[in-house]
Amino acid sequence: MATAFDEMHGPGGELRQAYQELSRWLKELPPDALEYRRQEAELLFRRIGITFAVYGDAEAQERLIPFDVVPRIMSAKEWAILEKGLKQRVKALNMFLRDIYHGREILRAGLIPDDLIFRNPVFRPEMNGQDVPHDIYVHIAGIDIVRVNAENFFVLEDNARTPSGVSYMLENREIMMRLFPDLFARHRVAPVERYPDELLSALASVAPQSASAEPTVALLTPGIYNSAYYEHSFLADKLGVELVEGRDLVVKNEEVLMRTTEGLKRVDVIYRRLDDDFLDPLTFRPDSALGVPGLMSAYMAGNVTLANAVGTGIADDKAIYSYMPDVVRFYLDEEPILKNVPTWRCREPDDLAYVLEHLDKLVVKEVHGSGGYGMLIGPAATKAMIESFRDKLKHDPAGFIAQPTLALSTCPTSTASGLAPRHVDLRPFVLTGRQNMTVVPGGLTRVALQEGSLVVNSSQGGGTKDTWILDEDA
Amino acid sequence: MLSRTAENLYWLARYVERAEYLARTIEATLRVTALPNAYVGKTNEWDSALLTAGAAGGFYTHYAEADERSVVDYLLFSTANPSSVRNCIENARLNSRAVRTALTGEMWDAINGAWIELQETWRAGPMTREQLARFLRFVQEISLRFDGSAYRTMLRNDAYWFSRLGLHLERADNTARILDVKYHLLLPEKEHVGGPLDYYQWTSILRSVSALTAYHWVYRETLKPWLIADLLILNDSLPRSLASCYGNLVRNLDQIGVAYGRQGPAQRHARGIRNRLEHSRMDDVFQRGLHEFIQEFLGDNARLGEIISTQYLN
Repeated sequence: MATAFDEMHGPGGELRQAYQELSRWLKELPPDALEYRRQEAELLFRRIGITFAVYGDAEAQERLIPFDVVPRIMSAKEWAILEKGLKQRVKALNMFLRDIYHGREILRAGLIPDDLIFRNPVFRPEMNGQDVPHDIYVHIAGIDIVRVNAENFFVLEDNARTPSGVSYMLENREIMMRLFPDLFARHRVAPVERYPDELLSALASVAPQSASAEPTVALLTPGIYNSAYYEHSFLADKLGVELVEGRDLVVKNEEVLMRTTEGLKRVDVIYRRLDDDFLDPLTFRPDSALGVPGLMSAYMAGNVTLANAVGTGIADDKAIYSYMPDVVRFYLDEEPILKNVPTWRCREPDDLAYVLEHLDKLVVKEVHGSGGYGMLIGPAATKAMIESFRDKLKHDPAGFIAQPTLALSTCPTSTASGLAPRHVDLRPFVLTGRQNMTVVPGGLTRVALQEGSLVVNSSQGGGTKDTWILDEDA
Repeated sequence: MLSRTAENLYWLARYVERAEYLARTIEATLRVTALPNAYVGKTNEWDSALLTAGAAGGFYTHYAEADERSVVDYLLFSTANPSSVRNCIENARLNSRAVRTALTGEMWDAINGAWIELQETWRAGPMTREQLARFLRFVQEISLRFDGSAYRTMLRNDAYWFSRLGLHLERADNTARILDVKYHLLLPEKEHVGGPLDYYQWTSILRSVSALTAYHWVYRETLKPWLIADLLILNDSLPRSLASCYGNLVRNLDQIGVAYGRQGPAQRHARGIRNRLEHSRMDDVFQRGLHEFIQEFLGDNARLGEIISTQYLN
């Protein structure tokens, strides 16, 4: 694996432009100031209740995601490229979904094998021929980006179902502004606070035709035991919409109604943070107590909009991911601005053979896995782990993809032994409404706090950083 | 608003109020039991604390005898007692998490801060008297902070009104419950009138509803059992009196009725109880029987809770 690109110091060790002011400021800082602020930040997070639950971890029912107080900084120029690439990518995702559930031209053109769609458990036959308002399927996308050098950004993963993390983007900024007003005064950091407004207008813009001029939006949560519950309540509060659980909703005459103190009231748009499988026990998992019986019938009748749409999983599936550059070219007739990480599809015999031979050098991922679970990082794995993955791969090749171990870029991070480079990724959030697409400048930077670790997932001990996009380049 | 949100707000307020009442009950009982037997007789005050907390039934499935150690543990810390102070705070926080969007930041902070302190500072285990006293103060301060935050920061809309309904319904229940257990002291039989035994019991009753000082301001007299009853039942200037609770319940229900453009059984039922309290005189109550009066009130109060649930919370 090559040496990682450091976003502050660059390949030759020179201080990069965007970090000049931060570097000056760090030098002026008394030695224990960062640690002191870190503790203060942790206290704030705990008081506000910004916690998440780790499944299967009864001891720590509510945990804090570690927060690193050193911001990650990008220049306006870098952001401009990213923003353009992100919009292009999400536009293509939406066109792909519309096509998959209608004419399927991309299949007829032979670009993607049929069985990858039709035999995929996240493909929803219910959505065949079903129109969604303004052909928007993915209203909220979280695209995971990594970089390996000054020029190149790669998409590591598309999240087109119910991407989470945006509350950390917003709260990290709030807390940083409280802790480091002086540092903000010395930079021109593009604000992120308009995200809830943009989200609300995107949601309202896709209301069904039968909705009133002021559509009622609600956020559907699985409830307080969900790992992202804090985010759900945070967003509902910022949006000024009701935070509903399945039991608050009822379907009558193909309309979705919520139980209020004044009786039943119609809901037009549901920002759902519940997976397809749990939405409606009549259509999907019959044992789901989280969903709303009949919700799909109201959805099919066009009386309620779900954001994101049902069936978007087929677009962010890791097996489909490897085809994304072709998808972008096919629908937009443009070269993709953001690169894909080279990916071996283990379903193809040649690729499988290569992967089996190089297991100790590759990252192998389950096609349907997420959250950093069920993944093999070859260079860091033991012999036994590699052998067990070899068996899994032989048994179900189509269930896996493999990628080279990328040298993710690093950012200065405060550690027990002072500032040190740690690997980071970035999840910006792309909103698509009827009129426009927006990407609030920044996103959630996740950082692998262990030295040398490449796993940034919060469920695996990763932390977060505030992400600064400088408004103008000096 | 969502029925579930209203229900959570309503229960949140009830849990906070109940925790405070339990803390006061323990505090008052500790004071009485610290007195020499000559002043308070041989009654088991810890038993009576259990009764006023409505927890006697559950208690005896876990303990054989009611003494300071066991009752303090059961009413304050036990996880087996659904209404222990610990569980009240746990439940209050669960409810708060579920309705965060309807709470102001200050209210959330009051509950979440209390919960964090409970985890960090007040893990169960034997406590010295001094620690116990600090814990009881801590619990009472939760409700002061929570209530104060609600009063000072909440929008005056249905969220506020439903939370006030929970508070006053619980408070009325608590005051009525202490009267229900101690009514025989307030209907003194000849040999006990004004005796030193009762004096300290009366003080204890007033303490558990934080009305000892108020009594002196209102009546400017030494403690008289019938005046204590009057203060706790009919005097609507005392925030914990039944009359005051019902004045507030009627007012908040009316506000909901106006906002929703519709009155219902809850408004009518509450007004009925309020009117009865308004038109009663203590003499008549004693004549008809204080115990019967309180029993009837407890039933009526519980019924109002059910009616509010059916009308708004389901």
